[in-house]
Amino acid sequence: MIRTTLALLVLSAPAALADEMWVTNERDDTISVIDTQTLEVTRTIPTGARPRGIIFSHDHKVVYICASDSDTVQVMDPDTGEVLHELPSGEDPEQFALHPDNRHLYIANEDDAISTVVDVETRTVVAQISVGIEPEGMAVSPDGKIAITTSETTNMAHWIDTETQKIFANTLVDSRPRHAEFTSDGAELWVSSEIGGTVTVFDGTTQAEKAKITFDLPNIHPDRIQPVGFEFTPDDAIAFVALGPANHVAVVNMASYEVEEYILVGRRVWHMAFNRDHSQLFTTNGISGDVTVIDVASRKPVKSIKVGRFPWGAAFRPTN
Amino acid sequence: MRLRAAIAALMLSALPAWAELTIPVHYLRQIVPQPPTLSNLDPRPERLGIDGASLALADNQTTGQFLGQTYTLEITEVPEGGDFAAAMRTALAATPFVILDAPADTLLTVADMSEAGEALLFNASAPGRRLRSQDCRPNLFHTIPSLDMRTDALMQFLLSRRWTGLALIHGTHAEDLAFADALTNSAGKFGLKIGATKEWAFDADMRRNAAQEMPLFTQDLGRHDVLLLADEIGDFALYIPYNTWEPRPVAGSEGLRPVAWDRVVEQWGAAQLQSRFEDLAARPMRPLDYAAWAAFRAIGEAVTRTGTDDPAALRAYMLSDAFELAGFKGRPLTFRSWNGQLRQPIPLVHAHAQAALAPLDGFLHPRTELDTLGLDAPESGCARFR
Repeated sequence: MIRTTLALLVLSAPAALADEMWVTNERDDTISVIDTQTLEVTRTIPTGARPRGIIFSHDHKVVYICASDSDTVQVMDPDTGEVLHELPSGEDPEQFALHPDNRHLYIANEDDAISTVVDVETRTVVAQISVGIEPEGMAVSPDGKIAITTSETTNMAHWIDTETQKIFANTLVDSRPRHAEFTSDGAELWVSSEIGGTVTVFDGTTQAEKAKITFDLPNIHPDRIQPVGFEFTPDDAIAFVALGPANHVAVVNMASYEVEEYILVGRRVWHMAFNRDHSQLFTTNGISGDVTVIDVASRKPVKSIKVGRFPWGAAFRPTN
Repeated sequence: MRLRAAIAALMLSALPAWAELTIPVHYLRQIVPQPPTLSNLDPRPERLGIDGASLALADNQTTGQFLGQTYTLEITEVPEGGDFAAAMRTALAATPFVILDAPADTLLTVADMSEAGEALLFNASAPGRRLRSQDCRPNLFHTIPSLDMRTDALMQFLLSRRWTGLALIHGTHAEDLAFADALTNSAGKFGLKIGATKEWAFDADMRRNAAQEMPLFTQDLGRHDVLLLADEIGDFALYIPYNTWEPRPVAGSEGLRPVAWDRVVEQWGAAQLQSRFEDLAARPMRPLDYAAWAAFRAIGEAVTRTGTDDPAALRAYMLSDAFELAGFKGRPLTFRSWNGQLRQPIPLVHAHAQAALAPLDGFLHPRTELDTLGLDAPESGCARFR
């Protein structure tokens, strides 16, 4: 018995040593785990129905998965892939953000025009906040005081006071806002608009619009340039913006709000995540069913990795 | 206390400085006699179109609550032989925003009423060419795609498959003939050839003997790759697949159908619209529902962005480059400046899935590929819309 356990440990040990990129496959109900050293898929883990948003706890002990069609957030042990329990997420959870306190999940309930706040320790719903139609993007400010929900059909970013769990401001953005993210100092909030084809930059304190970033690719009609997910480098110098069916990631200078470059990736690029030292960026490409690995320094795609059907979310897991 | 004051100050600064607005919208439907069909499997839902407008009301209301804007929806159904013009006058006395489900002649009558001069009217049902061409009106927008948009979409698909030899069977109703005419025009536009054309002239009940009659009926169609069916009221076309003399796919009113909307459309976030609609109406969303939804949402979008209820200002905004409607078809929807038609992709669907979404790759246009579908500016004889 002990020998069997040891043998298993030995077998699984190499995988556990390397860092991992976790990718949700929306139409396969699985997660593909990619070894960030070898760039191979090492594990495929079953999930609930239609997994989309994925996020690790700040201590990386558990991973949260929005199983949209199962109407739940699953809490998984990343070592074993075992679902430990489920959280009462409200209907059709799509994206979420974890408060800096590592305890409160802010969840967008896409079908219900509601954002749900869940305490992951007591596993109870702390608040439900009425927002616009089709809430999607979620963000929490670095100081934890503000949560953001974007609603796709209402075309707004809703600013929520995390103390009162009430909306205190609403800012209009272009059509179909998808993703929201604060800069690391909280000074700016960025919101992407898929159908509008823009990213709006707000002042994190006054909610005033500071800039609107537009994109322009030769030979691709503006209608096909649809900003979705994005990530900032840790120094808030460069933003990488996925452009959906334009099949490119834009490299945006965060000081000038100018696009410096476009990187060709797979088809209908959704979301992305960095590896540990931010030298590589992994993008999920929904239609081509793969992940593109971008070398951040040279801004070149270096590899495509086949994953499951319609990869959607990506989250990085350091393993030591 | 200080925090609360700070938050109140934030609220004031962050909310757009729009005045409180109430936007009443009227949905006006002319009930028309439905010709009998061989099968009653798929009856017309009673609230067809109305449910679409009701969903848009909910969507607009949710947005409006954050901006101090209130939307209302009044619904009037005029019975067969009823006084549609009187109903229109009543509607216009309360609002300049009217969504219409009525035949083309009726639309023109009410659009020409003096009371409607400053109004914004939306045609959600009539697909005919003349409303977008010589009989266009400056106060009449169209959210239902024209027949030409749908048949162009189908021809793009057939051409991309190189299925260029076509045969056609059409019914005898005015809708069938108009659709057959659009199919013929579109085939010419994209260089496809319609060979044999037959009129559906059976009066037997096909549920019993389609298997015997159809092979004979289709035996003399000659060589063709695809059999086109123009049966817009849903009478005979559903009995033709698998009963043809030659083993050929069918398209048009049955088989592969070019539509404004269908329950199988699920990409580009459409699954969310579908599930919201199902929750509201307990049935799948149909093209008329979609067109009514798009009309009311277009009003809502223009009001949200401009903060006004002035119809002239809203009309100008809807025709400007700034306007765009997220219509769950993968691209922003906009209005054509020459005839008020809502530009939109056309799904090509069969019973259980979407086969393609037009415009297809490779069909190019200097303005937008969406203008490869339907009447482009030079083809439209509309002089009065601009």
